Amino acid sequence: MPETGNTGTTVGEAALPASRKSEAVPGLSLGLVLLSAGPVVILVLLIAVLSFLSPYFLTGRNLSNILAQTAVISVVAMGQHLVILTRGIDLSVGSNLALASVVGALSFHAGAPAIVVIAVMVGCGAVVGAINGLFYVFGRLPHPFIITLATLSIAKGLALQLADGRAIPGMPDSIDALGRDAVWGLPGSVFVVAGVAAVLFIMAKTMVWGRWIYAVGGRPDAALRMGIPVSWVLVSVYVISGLCAGIGSVILAGRTDAGSPLFGNLLELDTIAAVIIGGASFLGGRGHLGHALIGAIMIGVIRNALNLLNVNVFFQLIVIGVVIVIAVESDVLRNYLEGRVRVLQAGRQS
Amino acid sequence: MSAVAADADHAAASEHPVLAVRGATKRFGSVLALDDVSIEVRRGEIVGLLGDNGAGKSTLTKCISGVHQLDAGAIFLDGAPTQIRSPADARFAGIETVYQDLALFDNLTPGQNFFAGRELAGPQWLPRGLRFLQQRRMDAETRALLANLKVTLPRLDAVVAMMSGGQRQAIAVARSTVFARKVVILDEPTAALGLRESRQVLNLVAALRDQGNAVILITHNMEHVVELADRAVVLRQGRRVGELVPTKGNKQELVSMIVGA
Repeated sequence: MPETGNTGTTVGEAALPASRKSEAVPGLSLGLVLLSAGPVVILVLLIAVLSFLSPYFLTGRNLSNILAQTAVISVVAMGQHLVILTRGIDLSVGSNLALASVVGALSFHAGAPAIVVIAVMVGCGAVVGAINGLFYVFGRLPHPFIITLATLSIAKGLALQLADGRAIPGMPDSIDALGRDAVWGLPGSVFVVAGVAAVLFIMAKTMVWGRWIYAVGGRPDAALRMGIPVSWVLVSVYVISGLCAGIGSVILAGRTDAGSPLFGNLLELDTIAAVIIGGASFLGGRGHLGHALIGAIMIGVIRNALNLLNVNVFFQLIVIGVVIVIAVESDVLRNYLEGRVRVLQAGRQS
Repeated sequence: MSAVAADADHAAASEHPVLAVRGATKRFGSVLALDDVSIEVRRGEIVGLLGDNGAGKSTLTKCISGVHQLDAGAIFLDGAPTQIRSPADARFAGIETVYQDLALFDNLTPGQNFFAGRELAGPQWLPRGLRFLQQRRMDAETRALLANLKVTLPRLDAVVAMMSGGQRQAIAVARSTVFARKVVILDEPTAALGLRESRQVLNLVAALRDQGNAVILITHNMEHVVELADRAVVLRQGRRVGELVPTKGNKQELVSMIVGA
């Protein structure tokens, strides 16, 4: 079979007589391509199967619903994805979102105009993110797990305290508009997600900053030795993760016309799951925004489908968990296959 | 004969060594890793830095490349005392290092590795991190560089995780040639390489010298020292114990200097 589009055929020593060894490389490369396309393939298959199982699934109304329901996870997962790219984790996103919504609701009731309320919510998210980043880097903590676990607790407690443990109804009308249909039957929140995705995509793909994130995630010690400002790169991803939590807070407040200390419960797990299920590497340095978005939509589709099929709501948690295990194992498999390709290429050369 | 010697003396007097380290001392807790070590390297010269494991070779080079700081002693570049506080300082001063662990980013392509931390980007009025990558320029320079060094890689758009040990080593050495302006330090660049891959890397080292760099080469391979080094400096237990012009005839002498027998 002619080798097409694999990484192994253009080695300088391609003229060597084909051995069993060198034929194994195309096979492995094909495996790698399949693995990297895996999440998209699975999502498409999932949608195909579901449209047979439930006549309602593939209607415009339901698809718009799925997008609306995954808007919050999508936005926050994009921030989480940047953090995971640098080998980090942000456990505080859910509490951060809750605190931002409460602070926003309180500022609305104190008479702030809509634009200020939005700024307060997004700013609140960014401040919590900055605290995470600054303590992690300059407090010389061994891992961001600790500081973001602490801010998870602090932000949650603060939100409960400020709201007196209850949801605060009432949000400016322009925020509520995000929950209503805007264009083409799609809610405004979907366009916010698209906007955030576009900005982050441009920053990650075309700016020096984006390249640095991948370098720091790929090899932190080498990044330092190459003169990359690793500390500030790390702080920046936590600030952006916090910003995304703040934006998610605006979307959720718009859908519910309220701020609540109970918002964002277990959102950290949903967003981490989205990033991993979507195909980004938990080991850092690998993945792109599309992974976070596909993962978020996949979670949305699974939940939606299980609802449509009248499956017990507890079962959803089990399914999501199983999908996470599959995703992480395929990441491990990918690393293994890459190692095999490298060994075989070296064998071919000498 | 004497005229040549006088010429050499004259040249030495008029031109400072590119890199000079004087009285370098470094302590890790109770271990004296470097004890009053001095070394100098001139333009277009390869100095072999030899010594057994733990002799202080890596410590000395890490102090020059800014990973460690000297406790006592000074580093001079072109005769001027220079403070090197970080790897970024060293690179800025024109000192490139090829680390033993290569310091490559497995998740990036060869070109992205070459320019890591020094991406070509604009516009200049933006802060460095917010500039836009000039990808086409970097791709073109990468291709030109690899062609110039006669390094062949399977693919330029594949990440280096997928490349062989020799290819990775060649990438690391080639990266140092992109930006080297004065000094290049290579820490065991041929360890763990096959014969043919070693040859390619040694050719790259010679190319670095021919570009006018001062080269410090750490290696355990006496053949390579004899072939490439203009001088060999030997460290033992943190001290400088001698210097030789390596030839085929005095290999044994070098070895006994290294082991102290």
